[in-house]
Amino acid sequence: MKKILIWAGLAALLLLLAIGLKRAQQGQIGVGEMAPDFTLTAFDGEEYHLADFKGQVVVVNFWASWCVTCKPEAEDLESAWRKYQGDVIFLGVDYVDTEKEAKAYLEEANVTYPNGPDKRTLISQAYRVTGVPETFIIDKSGKVAYVQIGPFRSYNEIIFLIEPLLNK
Amino acid sequence: MKKFIKQIHVILLSIMFLSLAFPHVVTAQDPTPSDDDVNDIAEQLYCPVCENIPLDACATQACVQWRGIIRDKLAEGWSEDEIKQYFVDQYGDRVLAEPPLRGLNWLVYIVPPAAFLAGAYMLYRNFRTPKAANGKQGTGHKQDASSKAKTEPEIDNYIAKLEEELRNR
Repeated sequence: MKKILIWAGLAALLLLLAIGLKRAQQGQIGVGEMAPDFTLTAFDGEEYHLADFKGQVVVVNFWASWCVTCKPEAEDLESAWRKYQGDVIFLGVDYVDTEKEAKAYLEEANVTYPNGPDKRTLISQAYRVTGVPETFIIDKSGKVAYVQIGPFRSYNEIIFLIEPLLNK
Repeated sequence: MKKFIKQIHVILLSIMFLSLAFPHVVTAQDPTPSDDDVNDIAEQLYCPVCENIPLDACATQACVQWRGIIRDKLAEGWSEDEIKQYFVDQYGDRVLAEPPLRGLNWLVYIVPPAAFLAGAYMLYRNFRTPKAANGKQGTGHKQDASSKAKTEPEIDNYIAKLEEELRNR
C-alpha cells in the first residue's frame, strides 16, 4: 500500500511536469485554431468581447510602449483601421505595460482603434504570446488565419493579408 | 507700567488677528521615495518580459517604467502590500518572487522539502544496508578464501610439475 502511494505521488508529479513542459513548448496559437475568446477593457473603459465579432475579420495586435518596433507598426495598423471604417475590427492589447506611458504612446502614434491593457496577462497567455509585437488575424469563423511574429513590414502587407479574408 | 502692559497686549492681539487674516501657507510633506525604498519592493517583483531577473536589477525600459510606478505609489502613501497587490492585479501572480499559497503554487512549497526528505530517507537507508551487504560480502570473502585455499594445492602441483620439467631438461 505504501509503495503504491509513493508511486502514485511520483506519477502525479511527473504528469504535472509533463503538462508544464508541453505548455512551455507549445509556441503560439497556430493558423486554423479557434482564436481564444477574451474580454478587453479599453483605456476609455469600454469592453470588447471577441465573441461579439463573429462574422467579422478581427486583427488582434499585442504591443507595449517600451517596444521600439511597435510604434511604426501601430501607425500602419491605424491606417488600415481607417481604410476599413469598422468593417474589420482592430483590437490593441497592451502587454506588460504602464498606463501613463501606454496612453502617451497611443496619443503620439495617433491611434484611434480600441486599445486596452492585458490585465493579469490573461489574453497574452491564452494566445501564448512570446513577445511584442505579435498580431493575430482572425477570420469570420473565429479561426486564426494568420500569425505575425514581429512587426508588419508595411501598411500594404496588412491589407494584403486582410483582403482575401473579407471575400471568404 | 500698566499702560506699557496694555500696549503690549494690543500689539500681541493685533499680531494674532493679522495672522488669522492671512491664511497659513502649509506646504504638504512631499516624501520623495529613495531608490532604496523603491528597490526594497522591486526586489520582490519580477517583470514577465525579463524572466529570472528581479525588478531591482533589470535595466530594460519596461522595468524602468515599473520602478517608476513603485516610486509614484510610494509617494502617494501606498503600503508595500498595496503596491504588490496592484502589480498582481495588473500583471498576475507570476510577477511575485514568492508565489501566493493557492492552487498549484502549493507544489512550489511542498515538493522541494518533500524531495529533500525523500533523499535524506534514501541516504539513511543506504547507510543502513551496507551492514547487510557487508555481511554478504563477508561470506563472499570467506568463499574467496576457501576458493583460494582450494587453489593453493593446485598451484603447488603446478610449481612441482614445472620444476620437474626443468630438471628433465
